[in-house]
Amino acid sequence: MSDRKDMELIAALVPPGSRVLDLGCGSGELLALLRDTRRCSGYGVEIADANVLACVQRGVNVIQLNLEEGLAMFGDQSFDVVLQLDTMQHLRNTERMLRETARVGRVGIVSFPNFAHWPNRLHVLAGRMPVTKVLPYQWYDTPNIRVGTYADFEVLARRDGLRILDAFGIERGEVVRRWPNLLASVAVFKFDRG
Amino acid sequence: MGSIGHVTPQSMHFAQPLELRSGARLRDYSLVYETYGTLNAERSNAVLVCHALNASHHVAGTYEGQPNSEGWWDNLVGPGKPLDTERFFVIGVNNLGSCFGSTGPMHVNPATGRAWGADFPVVTVEDWVDSQARLMDALGIARLAAVLGGSLGGMQALAWALRYPDRLRNCIAVATAPNLSAQNIAFNEVARRAIVTDPDFHGGHFYEHGTLPRRGLRVARMIGHITYLSDDAMEAKFGRELKGDALGYSTQEIEFQIEGYLRHQGDKFSGYFDANTYLLITRALDYFDPALEHGGDLTRACAGARARFQLVSFTTDWRFSPARSREIVKALLDNRLDVSYAEIEAPHGHDAFLLDDARYHAVLRACFDNIAREVSP
Repeated sequence: MSDRKDMELIAALVPPGSRVLDLGCGSGELLALLRDTRRCSGYGVEIADANVLACVQRGVNVIQLNLEEGLAMFGDQSFDVVLQLDTMQHLRNTERMLRETARVGRVGIVSFPNFAHWPNRLHVLAGRMPVTKVLPYQWYDTPNIRVGTYADFEVLARRDGLRILDAFGIERGEVVRRWPNLLASVAVFKFDRG
Repeated sequence: MGSIGHVTPQSMHFAQPLELRSGARLRDYSLVYETYGTLNAERSNAVLVCHALNASHHVAGTYEGQPNSEGWWDNLVGPGKPLDTERFFVIGVNNLGSCFGSTGPMHVNPATGRAWGADFPVVTVEDWVDSQARLMDALGIARLAAVLGGSLGGMQALAWALRYPDRLRNCIAVATAPNLSAQNIAFNEVARRAIVTDPDFHGGHFYEHGTLPRRGLRVARMIGHITYLSDDAMEAKFGRELKGDALGYSTQEIEFQIEGYLRHQGDKFSGYFDANTYLLITRALDYFDPALEHGGDLTRACAGARARFQLVSFTTDWRFSPARSREIVKALLDNRLDVSYAEIEAPHGHDAFLLDDARYHAVLRACFDNIAREVSP
């Protein structure tokens, strides 16, 4: 979540005063925003040294962990909200992490690049993998080890028994609720265990 | 970034007896300590640095006329350094039972008029922390900005947070553990057996015999030293390099460089460290286990803590492995305490906590920057 506007749209989904766990929290920008504007507390989880340092510098609690090793450190339903923003596409075990998110948090919020956004579809129709603002990498050097669509996530959530509380797309800092699978470059889902 | 320059140790005598965990009591005692920087008017910028097995109150700076007497954490503590003595009032204190000035086995037991020797009461991490708290009382410091320590020093920092929750704002524990594993106790036991079976040990009363159990101390230090380094670090530094040009086909001479290195470390150590102190300090390590009185539940043990925590571990540290630091992190998380945890990829093993690793020091610097903002009026 580098885009400030996107970040604010997601912050608005977090109830004020929540205890938050941010998986793949980057430099801790969102946690600092939630702390300063919504009285939230909590922790970030990060693997990258530079991000861990940035979090400490911001005074944001951060735990250096590899998410692929799971969330054993965190108790069941120990957070009001677990965020997994722009992280899922980097994980080998996406489904397990989604289940873990629902185990640890009363509410989960995920965001990821929507591969079905129409410019991506045009790229693929033309026979090439898309290179866009949200998916800025070439196919051979991308850190995104998996790509999925807005519609794909709905299927996965249903499969794992998650109840979708809210879902929308984001495009150029605006919420997209009409045909998000086609018209939004970023997919956002808020869910609980039903 | 410079050195703090010349420093001078001080000593404080405590006439009030100290009740020890073992049930024994120290009738009176002295603590040797050093301070660097200036205590601010609010008395809010004090940081206590706790030492590990073989270190002392001499954390930073040098002694006049002794250019090689640099403190053991001089790379971290000083003007402009991560723990900046321009902003903080830093206190290093020598623990009871040590051989560097505070009351210990080499001093006279007032009950007998002889050196304590092996009769010095067994001291624990909690006893040390209690005695340190009294020193803080005497220095007029009601609440520390932080307590910092690595390894056994990290255990003291933790014990501070659990025993005196309102007397520290921050607890910074590096390369430490909530207790020692069986393997860790085993290493300590081998070291202790090496010392007590040395014929020069005389049941711990070797001072009276005019001897020193140097052989035992040497072996103890050699074993310890192996466990402080990683396999990779040792491989990189020594590999199978020979001391001479060719194999000597001797079972007793030094063939490999690593042997020479360990013997050198052992010789050096046995020249300045006290055998009874080694026994006492390794025992304090073995006994530390704050979860014990809570049915082994570390989460419950941490329930009363109030400090903000920073934990750091090193990936190649197999004596105090990252997994052990994560246990502490988990217990703090369970209690919804403020905690950050950095797992530094460093090749040096346990010794990494004493070295100047850029990523490690950057985290501590950021941490102390925040604390400085917190305590400056």
